[in-house]
Amino acid sequence: MSQPKRRRINVRIPAIGGQGAVTAAHIMATAADHAGYYAVSNPFFGAEKRMAPAESYVRIGVDPIYDRGEVVYPDVIMVFHSQVITMGKSYTMPFYSGIKKDGLIIINTEEDLLTERDHEYLGSINVKILNFPATKFAMEIAGTELATNMAMLGAFFGATQIIGMDSIEEGIKARFLKKFVASGGTQSLDSAIERKFKKKLELIEKNINTAKSAYEVAQEWARDNGMEVWLPKPQEVARV
Amino acid sequence: MEKTEQVQYNRAGQRIVSPDYLLFEAPREKYFMTGSEVVKEAVKRASVDASVSYPITPQSEAAHLIGELWVEGYVGVYFRGESEFGVMSEVAGCSMAGARTVTTTSGPGTLRAMENFPMWAGSRLPIQLILMARGVNAPLTIQPDNLEMAFLLDTGCMIWHAETAQELFDMILAGFVVAEQPDVHVPIITSIDGFFISHTREAVMLPPDDIALPPYDPYRSPMVPLDMEMSPGRFLRDPFVMKSNYVSYATHTSWQFEVRAAIERAKPYAKHYLRGLIEEFGDPEAEIAFVASGTAAAQAKEATLMLLHEEGVKARVVRLKTIRPFPTKELIEALRGAKYVFVPEFNVIGWLEREVRRALYGNLDVPVIGSPRVAGGMTMPPEIIVKEVLQFLGKEVKHVV
Repeated sequence: MSQPKRRRINVRIPAIGGQGAVTAAHIMATAADHAGYYAVSNPFFGAEKRMAPAESYVRIGVDPIYDRGEVVYPDVIMVFHSQVITMGKSYTMPFYSGIKKDGLIIINTEEDLLTERDHEYLGSINVKILNFPATKFAMEIAGTELATNMAMLGAFFGATQIIGMDSIEEGIKARFLKKFVASGGTQSLDSAIERKFKKKLELIEKNINTAKSAYEVAQEWARDNGMEVWLPKPQEVARV
Repeated sequence: MEKTEQVQYNRAGQRIVSPDYLLFEAPREKYFMTGSEVVKEAVKRASVDASVSYPITPQSEAAHLIGELWVEGYVGVYFRGESEFGVMSEVAGCSMAGARTVTTTSGPGTLRAMENFPMWAGSRLPIQLILMARGVNAPLTIQPDNLEMAFLLDTGCMIWHAETAQELFDMILAGFVVAEQPDVHVPIITSIDGFFISHTREAVMLPPDDIALPPYDPYRSPMVPLDMEMSPGRFLRDPFVMKSNYVSYATHTSWQFEVRAAIERAKPYAKHYLRGLIEEFGDPEAEIAFVASGTAAAQAKEATLMLLHEEGVKARVVRLKTIRPFPTKELIEALRGAKYVFVPEFNVIGWLEREVRRALYGNLDVPVIGSPRVAGGMTMPPEIIVKEVLQFLGKEVKHVV
């Protein structure tokens, strides 16, 4: 198989407050770092609130990453909530503004939310679209819509095929087993989630299962669509 | 004769090691964390005696985490001030009393506390302020913008500008060491671009946390030590304020020159502990050069790679690690052969462009282009820098989507 030309994936995650888009970005970067890639994650720099637009970003690559801040020109956009599209709860309009050619959009939805014009434009720059019912997945496997972010990150790695489930598991464990303070709000949210699940390990297991199922589905979709692995393996790349 | 070496421990029970060992020799392990979390890790290893905090975005988390260190026994005294003005006054008191002191602030907090910074410098207090720069002007922005650094340039404090969480960690430790040298002994402001570092999660290499810097020795201060016999008031009041005569004017003037000279004397120490006052990146022969600091330098590096790989245009970055002292000699040396000097910045006035022009004037004849420049929280994608350079060179701009 030929070596993928791409050396970096810049991901933009438009979501709404409370869905765990920042946590997802954090886990994605941690998992990619664990697999040997260079990785950086950050939230949108502002004040978020529940149900209002929220955004996070991940950069993963085989070379050192200097670039910081919001991802204006993404390779991948992961839409966590249909309202990003249907109600314009997005920092950019349209939500796919700036997407690079040959990119990928993963949308948490059971039905097609894009207009004919959207499809026309995205098709013209060869952007693939994966409509993926992440919340439904989360409800079925973890029993809570709070695991939507796990399904979405599983779908990302399944579609791009850059890392295996082992690294994703490490990323999830690192997030929930180690002491972590994002903000007072996140911390109290964490403890609320923990109470709901009763046990931390149970929470982790459900999260991993959700991510795994999503990973498998997206992987199959990628194969069906003839998509290649998005990045060279880090160990195959001579370090500069 | 056999020599026995005495192992010393600080109040937290950490083994005291030399700054060189802590910064350069101790084994390091990889962690994945934010800039705010890295502040905690650095302060934890710095034998800090006192810290005062006040919340303001984006530095609140770092201030909070220093408070956790106090709970864990790593910081001697910690409390929340009434305001940033209160905080900067209170840390001055802590420092005058002989404590190694650190605090953090951002944007409007910096401006509210402004009166204290020249006072710190004139009183020769080696306080460390970790500055997480953010916007200050209306319409309100809480987002990245480093205009406030311009206001601090002439306060008599050292000002360093870190590019990554890793560099912030190392700068915080080096900052204490350099600022506390008897022939330097001025405040140190270790700056980052707020959010770009504080809220970004990245890989950092940290030495073990059971070792720490030697504690601050206030009796190495070039000033009379303030103790029961020598009150702060005695030093500050008598000679300068109360006697309006030529001796007091001359004293004041010469002291202000001395503070600036002390910052210049920090250069060899900073050069050692920061491994150079500047960093050169890219093709050293390239005609296109970026001069930048902090996150603007990071973006310029990314643009340099993009220019090379996607446009076949060679470029280089000269990154300034210290703004005060300003590495004039190193900058002139590094820019020889450059035909265009771009200064990308995250503020509306272009303070670094001014600094660069001043340094080059009469020394190096090269056009300085203060661009691209963003403010108020705008991000500076490398694509935009590339576009700016190509447009300036009159080349076709094709690569932005």
